[in-house]
Order: sequence, then C-alpha cells, then structure tokens
Amino acid sequence: MEKVTNDTIKHVATLAQLEFSEEELAKFTSQMRKILEMAEELQAVDTTGVEETVQVVDRDTVFREDVPEKWQTREEMLKNVPDKSNGFVKVPVIIDKDDNQ
Amino acid sequence: MNFTSTIGLEVHFELKTKSKIFSPSPVTYGAKPNTETNVIDWGYPGTLPMVNKEVYRLGLMVALATHSHINPVTHFDRKNYFYPDNPKAYQITQFFKPLAENGYVEVEVHGKKKKIHIHEMHIEEDAGKNTHGTNGFSYVDYNRQGVPLLEVVSEPEMTDPDEAVAYLEKLREIVQFTGASDVKMEEGSMRIDTNISIRPAGQKELGTKVEMKNLNSFEHVRLSLAYEQKRQQEILLSGGRVRLSTRRFDTNTGKTVLERVKEGDADYRYFPEPDLPPYHIKQEWVDEIAANLPKTADERRKIYVDEYGLKPYDANVLLQNKESSDFFDATVAAGADPQQAANWMNTQVNGYLNEKHAELKDIALTPENLAAMIKLISDGTISSKIAKKVFAETVANGTDPKKYVEENGMAQLSDESVLAPMVKEVVDANPQSVEDYKNGKDRAIGFLVGQIMKQTRGKANPKVINKLLLADLASR
Amino acid sequence: MNYLNETIDSLNYKLKSGAVSADQLAKDTITNIKKTDEKINAFITVDEDAKPAEDLDFNNKLAGVPIAIKDNIITNGLKTTAASHILYNFEPVYESTVVAKLKAAQATIIGKTNMDEFAMGSSTETSYFGATKNPWNLNKVPGGSSGGSAAAVASGEVVAALGSDTGGSIRQPASFNGIFGIKPTYGRVSRWGLIAFASSLDQIGVMSKRVKDSAEVLNVIAGADDRDATVSEKEVPDYTSFLGKDVKGLRVAVPKEYMSDAVEEGVRKAVETQIELLRANGAIINEVSLPHTKYVVPTYYIIASSEASANLERYDGIRYGYRAEAKNLDEVFLKSRSEGFGDEVKRRIMLGSFALSAGAYDKFFLQAAKVRTLICQDFDKIFEDNDVIVGPVSTETAFDLNSEISDQIKMYNNDILTISVNMAGIPAASVPAGLSETTGMPVGFQIMAKRFDEGHVFQVADFIERNNKFYEQTPAGLED
Ligand SMILES: [Mg+2]
Ligand SMILES: [Zn+2]
Repeated sequence: MEKVTNDTIKHVATLAQLEFSEEELAKFTSQMRKILEMAEELQAVDTTGVEETVQVVDRDTVFREDVPEKWQTREEMLKNVPDKSNGFVKVPVIIDKDDNQ
Repeated sequence: MNFTSTIGLEVHFELKTKSKIFSPSPVTYGAKPNTETNVIDWGYPGTLPMVNKEVYRLGLMVALATHSHINPVTHFDRKNYFYPDNPKAYQITQFFKPLAENGYVEVEVHGKKKKIHIHEMHIEEDAGKNTHGTNGFSYVDYNRQGVPLLEVVSEPEMTDPDEAVAYLEKLREIVQFTGASDVKMEEGSMRIDTNISIRPAGQKELGTKVEMKNLNSFEHVRLSLAYEQKRQQEILLSGGRVRLSTRRFDTNTGKTVLERVKEGDADYRYFPEPDLPPYHIKQEWVDEIAANLPKTADERRKIYVDEYGLKPYDANVLLQNKESSDFFDATVAAGADPQQAANWMNTQVNGYLNEKHAELKDIALTPENLAAMIKLISDGTISSKIAKKVFAETVANGTDPKKYVEENGMAQLSDESVLAPMVKEVVDANPQSVEDYKNGKDRAIGFLVGQIMKQTRGKANPKVINKLLLADLASR
Repeated sequence: MNYLNETIDSLNYKLKSGAVSADQLAKDTITNIKKTDEKINAFITVDEDAKPAEDLDFNNKLAGVPIAIKDNIITNGLKTTAASHILYNFEPVYESTVVAKLKAAQATIIGKTNMDEFAMGSSTETSYFGATKNPWNLNKVPGGSSGGSAAAVASGEVVAALGSDTGGSIRQPASFNGIFGIKPTYGRVSRWGLIAFASSLDQIGVMSKRVKDSAEVLNVIAGADDRDATVSEKEVPDYTSFLGKDVKGLRVAVPKEYMSDAVEEGVRKAVETQIELLRANGAIINEVSLPHTKYVVPTYYIIASSEASANLERYDGIRYGYRAEAKNLDEVFLKSRSEGFGDEVKRRIMLGSFALSAGAYDKFFLQAAKVRTLICQDFDKIFEDNDVIVGPVSTETAFDLNSEISDQIKMYNNDILTISVNMAGIPAASVPAGLSETTGMPVGFQIMAKRFDEGHVFQVADFIERNNKFYEQTPAGLED
C-alpha cells in the first residue's frame, strides 16, 4: 500500500482535531503504519457481490410521534458548561481560516 | 466570445413540526437562548436520536409535490465537522440514501416554459446559532439545534439569474402549499445557497464553480448571480482562472466578496449512522399522503378563475400565501359568495392585517364569521355601510356577526308594508319636493330618501325606499 | 460486608428476614469497598450517600441489593467519566435506561467502576484514574475494559455489576477474574445512557460471581425502550427459567480456529475439560470452522475505530468536560482533545478518521463492513445445526501489568476470540473453567448462541458452574 507518512498522519490529525508534538508524531506514524498493515490484510478477502453490514438491528422505521416534551431546564443544561454567559455557551472567537493557509 | 452559465441551487426548508427531528424539544421561534433544548440536542454522552415521524411525512409531501422518486429504503448518515454550534461534531443527514431523487418543477421564464430538475432531497438536523461578540468571544444558543430541515438540491441546469429566481419562486410556492414549511426567508425557514460557473459557449466541460451561502432574498440571488456572471467573464476574457471558492454578497455595494478559497471538496467522512435503523417507506403510506396532499397553488388558481370567475389578479392576491388561500376556501365553503369573499379578503382583511402587522392565524376573524357577514349583506339584512361596523367588531373580537347585528338592532328595515305608509306620509308632507321632481329635478328624490332615513334612524333599506318612493311619486 | 459467599437470593433472604437492614448493607458495602480498593482500585467513584429505595418490596429480588455500574454508563447526579480526563468532572443531568430500571427494581447503586478509557482496551490500564489490579494476583491486569466491574465482583465488593462489551469487554475480564459475565444480544438491552464507543457493537451486560445472579439482573435491565431505536421489542423471557437443566442432546459446536496453537496450553486444557464434561453428559460435540477468524481483528478495529472517531468528536471542550486554556476556538478544540484523551483513544480516533477519510472509505471502512457480512454468515451457518458455540474467551490468562500496553498489535490480537460475537450481534458469556495449570490464573469458557437465544447461554453456563463449582475458590491476591 501507499506509505503512511508524517503528512498523512498530520492530515488525519487535523480532521480529528488532535495535535501531536514531533516526537509523538513519529511514534504515532510508526504505530499507525503497523495497524494499517494489519488492516491491509482485508484486501485479500474477496467481497465481490457481498453487501456491507453496518449494524445488526432487528427493527426498522422506528418513529417517535411529533409530541413536544420539556426534559431539562436551561440551568441543568448549563451545569457542565466550562464557560457561560447570560444563558449562552461562551467560546473564544471563531477565526475563519482559509483552507489554503 | 459568448459564455454559458451553469447555476445550481441548494435550498434548506425548516419543516413545520412541533418537536425536533431527533428529540422531543419544542420547536419555537424566538425563545430565550438554550431554553428549548435537552440532552439529545446538546449531544450529551450516552444520548441517542429518535426520529420524528412528522418529519418524514412533511418531506414526503414535498417529494410528491415535486414529482420526485421516493426511495423505498432510506438511511441516515453522519457528516463530520467541528464547530461550536454543531454539538456532536457530526450532523445527522441523508447522504447515501436520501428521501427522494429525480424530481422537477415547471417554471415560466421569458415567456418560455421549462422543467428544472431536482437532483435529490434529504432530511437532516439544523445546527445551533453562534453570535460573534466584539470582545473576543462567541456565544452559542442550541435552540435551533435539531430543528428538522429538508434540503432540496437542484440539478445544475439553470442558465441565467432569472431562471434561478423563477425556480426559487416556484419551489417556494410548491413547498408552501404543501404546508410542510413556513418558507419565511426573514425567519430562516427558507435558506438559499447558490453555485455558479461559466464556460465559453460550446465547451462541454463545466467551469470552476463559486458558491454563495445563505442569501437573504430572491433579489439578492438575482443580483449576486448576475454580478458573478460578469465578474467570471471578465476573468476568463483577460486570460485568468476562476478559483474554487465561497463568496459573499455585499448588499451595500451590490458586489460579491471572496470569503474563502477551497482546495477541493471538504472531507466530511460520511458514514452510515449506526444509532438509527433503516427507514422503509411503504407505498401505502405514500399513497395516503398523496391522497391528502393539499391542492397546489396552480390547482387553486384554476378553480378561482375558471369556476369562481375571479380576475387573475384577485386570484393571485389570494394565493400569495397558503393561509390566505385556505382562509378564502373556508369562507366559500361556509357559504359566502366567492367574488364577495375575494373582495373582502383582498381589501378589508388585508388592510386590517397590514395595519396590525399581523397574520391571519393571529387575528380573531374566522372564515365562518366572514361568510356569515357576507351573507347578511347579500340577503339585505345589513347595508354595506353597517357592514363596515360589523366587520370592525368581528375582526377585532371574533363576535358572531348575526348575533351582533340582532343585539344592536342593526338589521335593515325592508318590510314594504311597514315602509309604504312612512313613504306616503313623507311625500304628503313635502309637496314642494313632489313639484320639483315632476319638473325633472332629481335632487328631490335624495331629499325625500333622507327624510325617510331620518325617521327610521338609518335602518331603512335604501333599495326598498327607492322602489316605494318612485312608485308613490308616479301615482301622483 | 463482603459478598464472596453471597448471592442475590441469600441477600434477599437476609433483608427480608431482617437479619440486616438495607441501610446497614449499603454502609457496610461502602466500608468494605474502601478497604478492598486500597489493593485493587476497582472503583472510580463510590456513592457515599447511596441510599436504598424507600418502601422496599422484597418481591423485587434486587430490593436493597448494592450494584456497581461501569463508569461509561450514565448515572443521574453521580459523576460519570468513562475513565477519561476529558470527562473527569462530568455530572450527568439525565438517567440511563439500565440504571432507571435497576432503581425501579429498588437496587442500590453503590458506585462507578474503573475501566479502560472510553472502553478502549483489554487491561483497564488506560484509565485516567489508574489501573485496576487482578484480585487473584495483584501484579496482573484484571482484563478490560470492564476490569473494574470484574475485579469488584471477584473480590466480593459487590454481588453483581454492570459492564459493557464492544469487543469482549465483559467476557475477557470475567474470564481473567474467574467470574461469570454475559454480553447479551445486540439490541437486547437499551444503550440509552451508555457512553458510546462503537454504536453498532456496544452492548451493556452483567457480571456476577454466580450465573443465576446475572440472570436476575438481566431480567431487570433487558427489553424495549422508546429512547433507543436499535433496541429490540422482543419479549424478555425469565432467564432464571433456563437454569438447572441438563445438556443431553444439546448440539455444541467447537470452532477449530478457537482451539489452535495460538491458545496457551493451560487455557486449552481447562476449556477441553469443560467440553469433555458436556460430552460426558450427553451433549453432541461438533467440530466446526469459522473460516474468517483470521480477518476479525482488522475488520473489528476498522469498524469500531471508525464509529468511535465520530462518537468521540463531541468531546470538544465546548459544552461539558475538560476545556484546556486556549486563546482561540481552534485551540479549544485541539488542546482540549489532545490533553483530554489518552494515547490509546487517540490511536483509535486516528485510525477511524483515516478509514473514513476521502480515498480510504471504500478500501477500509466499506471493505471491513463487507467482511463483517461474511463473519456473520459463518455464524449463521453453524447455528443451522448447533445450539451453542463454545471455546476459550482469551488465548491466555491475565497478563502482567504494563507488559503489553506498548504493543498494540499484540494487544489487539488478544481479542480475536471475542470480537466476532460483537460483529454478529449474538449473545455470549464467559463462565469460569478453572485455573490454568501453567499460570495458576482463572480461565474463562466462552458460550455463544443465536441472536436472542440467551437462554442456551445461561443453560450451559449454569451446567458448567454446577459441575466445576469454581465459585468455591477465593482469589489469592486478597489474602493478607
Ligand atoms: Mg448541502
Ligand atoms: Zn444541508
């Protein structure tokens, strides 16, 4: 397979919102490489015409009726919020980054 | 060089449900921040989604109204991206198996009819709302999180801004008349994203597209697309290259402004939502929904004009929104003459709504009361002058017009056996007026009617008085 | 109070007869946990204020009986951490269905047990709150990820505990600790309130010293729930009704892949002894094959990690849990997650994010989902002619603390005998098969059955328990 490089790991880390030091990155890259080598073994299985299984559930079309219910109060919902203000969840400002930066 | 434009539209409609798509939190507009939320909306650890049946029903109505193919098996998927208003950091949507595909709407542009095709439509959850402060912080409100959305994706086959707007107007009308959404752009229950690319005429391969998100009005759609057509042409003519990007329409300058350049499609890592089973849409259910589908605006227009004989203009005023058309239909169903009902709806009722900045659903007037009042006019019980008073009372307080007229003694005096002696008495008392009348002074009639009205304190039916008076005068 | 020689029945009798009050039982339980936990660290949180229900009705078998809950199951008002730094201070404001059902049955929720962080691991060493130790040998791991629940039961801290099983997380620690543990059919028990690891594989189950006690608890927690669209509406049988039966004529399949040389000698011998016991009592033993066994580890790790990568995105420092010091939003996300998750969790998130990313989806996620179908078909085929499938739970007995944590491939391969069950969604249990002749540590005997056929699992487990009476042995590591 195509080699898993530091750059692959960096790209995936961005998708997953994780950051690694250079040292960690080297460790993770080598570990990921080994795990993906193992995963690569699956390519040997002939799955032509095989449907995928994404869950093993004995029901389908499970609906709820459109009846509004009040569960938690705002105070309950805000209980675990690290930073809040006037009933809002407060977060540092959002910087819109260009993808190409 | 000539250029061809290719325009595609993605329209999000908020579906009109009482509770959210995956949680029973109430859906209300304008509630205090974070009051209409629960642990599901917040993506609390351990919570699971449960699908609101009404969301499917409303979605299926739109699918039927747009002649779309309804997928017998649908499934939800996760779309992954991090943002503070996206509490699970994935949106539950339908990526692989959407609700419906291959629909169309028919529009008329520049006098030509054209079918604009719908690629697919899917149901999904809305996100919360970020408000950016000026102090380096943003504030998040999750009330909107989980409000059900129907996203309708057109084929990229519109070629000019007028076509795009015609498509949007038609789509809005269709969705509105199913009753599936309020389609209010100002409240965000209809939101529009556009994309446009241009290429030299004759070239097969599409140009690079530019996206514009959340346009606020159809006019902004038209202006921004027209601006982009021109801007992209100038780039190509000067030998430049259009960049794959998102742009924003600046309403002050009428220009589009670059927001961000994109490297390629974002990597949303879609995969099937394991917390929800597949949803099988049975044909019987679709048939039942189809059988109960409200009439479209076009169907209603035909009835109004062909059956009721309304002028197309009046019909269109009634069809401006579903509520007014429904109200009119109910008024006619309650026994009102359609032309009369249309006149009252389009003048007095609309006037009242404008004055009060209200909607039909907010006021006390009912179709039954409006119909009752129109009947009182046509059977001569009240004059049109009295009718204005009755309307003012009914529209303000929901009072039953018949009862109101009775209780306040507002009914007209139309009984000839009562009125004839009064007419005779007045004519007898005014020989000068008889003289004038005989000499061709028609004004004399007005004077005599006025005298009779005075005696009956305005309640005499003018038509009956006129008739009796002429007969009396002719006999002298 | 120590429960080594107690059962739910014996406690029910003591409470009913007034030999002990439920209040006293709760207090004594906490006192004993505190003492025992100095050695084994089985609990993350003990509910000091745990109060039995009022108006106890002893027709409820669980009335007044203290039960421990794995710390990835939400307990309203009682801290729930999933053993992660990122949820170190998380106070739930709603109740999980299983705990609501236990409370309705008047059980006393006594505390939250230790586990691998977010249930990712097989040793309970990845917990933010430190490793749990095996009561049979304090230098060894209790297995994982439900290692805290297993050790708490094995050491007599509680009579029963809830665990969760995504790839063996109930069965493997049950086997390492010499207790019984059952992972029910996927969809048998509501997942509402179970902090998700891999949604299509996760299932809550029960761990207890005695088979019957798990049947009693499963009777309470199983069944339909209108908060979980994946839970079954099938009726729940009385699981105790499958106990006390013989095995005559029972068709028992033994997959040859489960008895290979990869299985350590002492484990194989103990398992073979149980198979011989079944044969001697009239069971029909059939050697069968699960041909896709060699692919189950990569298949499982791709599917489980992909789902986990999405399930764990919500831990972003915004609404609850740990938020790192940050100057801007990007830092909130990056630092909270990077400081909040441990290495094993990060590895799985990375693997899953990769498997779902553009260009990798078809090759990894979709291919794994297709191989999953083949794995399910292997089971379907065997169950056409067999009532149960049996074999070892793990290729080895409990290993030394810190011995495998750095070798992921070895660690992942340990799960080879348990993870197919989760991919097929079938029920399976581990019942003690004795001590390994080579290591002196407990060996687990695995019993699997068709979907929703927990009955056969209980029947065989109970039969084995009655015959080998392993429950009479006391964990050696607890002796002073
Ligand atoms: Mg879209
Ligand atoms: Zn959308």
